[in-house]
Amino acid sequence: MSGRARLGKDLLALEPLTADQIRLVLDTAEPLKEISERAIKKVPTLRGQTVVNLFFEASTRTRVSFEFAEKRMSADTVSIASAGSSVSKGETLVDTARNLEAMRIDMVVIRHGSSGAAQFLAERIQSNVINAGDGTHEHPTQGLLDLLTLRDRFKTLEGRRVCIVGDVLHSRVARSNIWGLKKLGAQVGVCGPRSLLPNAIDELGVEVFDRVEAAIEWAEALNVLRLQLERMQAGYIPSLREYNRVFGITRERLERAPRDILILHPGPMNRGVEIDSDVADGPHSVILDQVTNGVAVRMAVLYLLAGGAPELAEAAKKGRGGDA
Amino acid sequence: MPPKQTVVLDARAMERTVKRMADEIVELNAGTERLVLVGIQRRGVQLADRLVRAIADAEGVEVPRGALDITLYRDDLQTVGPRPVVGPTSLPANIDGARVVIVDDVLYTGRTVRAALDELADFGRPARIALAVLVDRGGRELPIHADVVGKKLDVPAGERVDVLVSELDGKDAVVLVPEGDAA
Repeated sequence: MSGRARLGKDLLALEPLTADQIRLVLDTAEPLKEISERAIKKVPTLRGQTVVNLFFEASTRTRVSFEFAEKRMSADTVSIASAGSSVSKGETLVDTARNLEAMRIDMVVIRHGSSGAAQFLAERIQSNVINAGDGTHEHPTQGLLDLLTLRDRFKTLEGRRVCIVGDVLHSRVARSNIWGLKKLGAQVGVCGPRSLLPNAIDELGVEVFDRVEAAIEWAEALNVLRLQLERMQAGYIPSLREYNRVFGITRERLERAPRDILILHPGPMNRGVEIDSDVADGPHSVILDQVTNGVAVRMAVLYLLAGGAPELAEAAKKGRGGDA
Repeated sequence: MPPKQTVVLDARAMERTVKRMADEIVELNAGTERLVLVGIQRRGVQLADRLVRAIADAEGVEVPRGALDITLYRDDLQTVGPRPVVGPTSLPANIDGARVVIVDDVLYTGRTVRAALDELADFGRPARIALAVLVDRGGRELPIHADVVGKKLDVPAGERVDVLVSELDGKDAVVLVPEGDAA
């Protein structure tokens, strides 16, 4: 168990969290899975709490996952997408949030194209802030649901070898995964074209694989990142076909592996580019488990953030980021 | 010198009490037809297990046992902090029309049972819900009463009744813990 660890006011990133705080979220998410299997998929825990989902970037899976999590915890929710809102009229992020706060909200879930946007907001409003992805920084709930999915299969992450494949450079999912996996004692590898790996990759304490065959030989699980198609236009890779030929996760490649390898993908998938359909739909794919676990993890985060105890929220504000 | 704990029931007395409670549960429900025991996390679950065994010994029927964690239904989540740990909930597939007996270790304010009733309603509509507790210590804050009681005690606020079960605590006992004792 995770002892007396607790989360602070916000969930902005996995980097500042302790292993105990991460375990607390995973241990809380575990029993919450059952709620989504009930005939009445709802518990009254967040009755009367108002959550605003503020999405400045397109998202279907993450937004819907948060909305389900909020509704299953009985929160009242409003979702705002930047298109069609006052955001598109030039209102600043803080003005938008302050106006929402003036309507007495309790939590904000924010997805934003700029790294650091969630933290910027968290420092300026009273409400709890959950980062649903900020630029190329972090996507902590995705990292947590990946950890939960891996832990379900491996029992413990201690010493397990997990390789992240693809566009690590632009990926907030990769960053949250690397922090979370390392904190829980896993060995982390990354594999992709050098043009899509961060320059300082060696400083992150991960294994670097230039050839996907070598990564497959090493890993017990592969987290296959989505290849953003605009990367090709920007000249990071020569062509999608070429990328698939060199780095695509195919059945042929996996069949040569010395062991069964779990396959994760944060979605949405480009079938035939970073992952073949045979693999995505194959027996070792846990991609749909990730989606199911995403709802439970987000329910756990909503539950654990100190929304209900004002003195806790205050304490968290004073000693920013601390878990006391 | 810490204040002395008083043993209310030792292991043998607890076993006898559980046996009698099992008989009363079967009597109350006129048999074991559609009977389901639901233990409240945590020690209610171990007590429910023992009641299931005692009923099996007496009636030759193993009744289904569920576990209920009421944390998410508590009425004080807005005031307690840090957030209490959530435990697993698992109920038999269908409780519609079942005769459910909620099992808990100690009945005090009644708020836990209120939460359990709300949670059960989200799983279905039992024909009847009854309540069995090992210890009724008085001090109710809600109009709730137990149908089957192992031991009735009148315990002043501030003092605590601890039910120990061997699965979690290494031994079976019911002890009275005086005010100010952290054990």
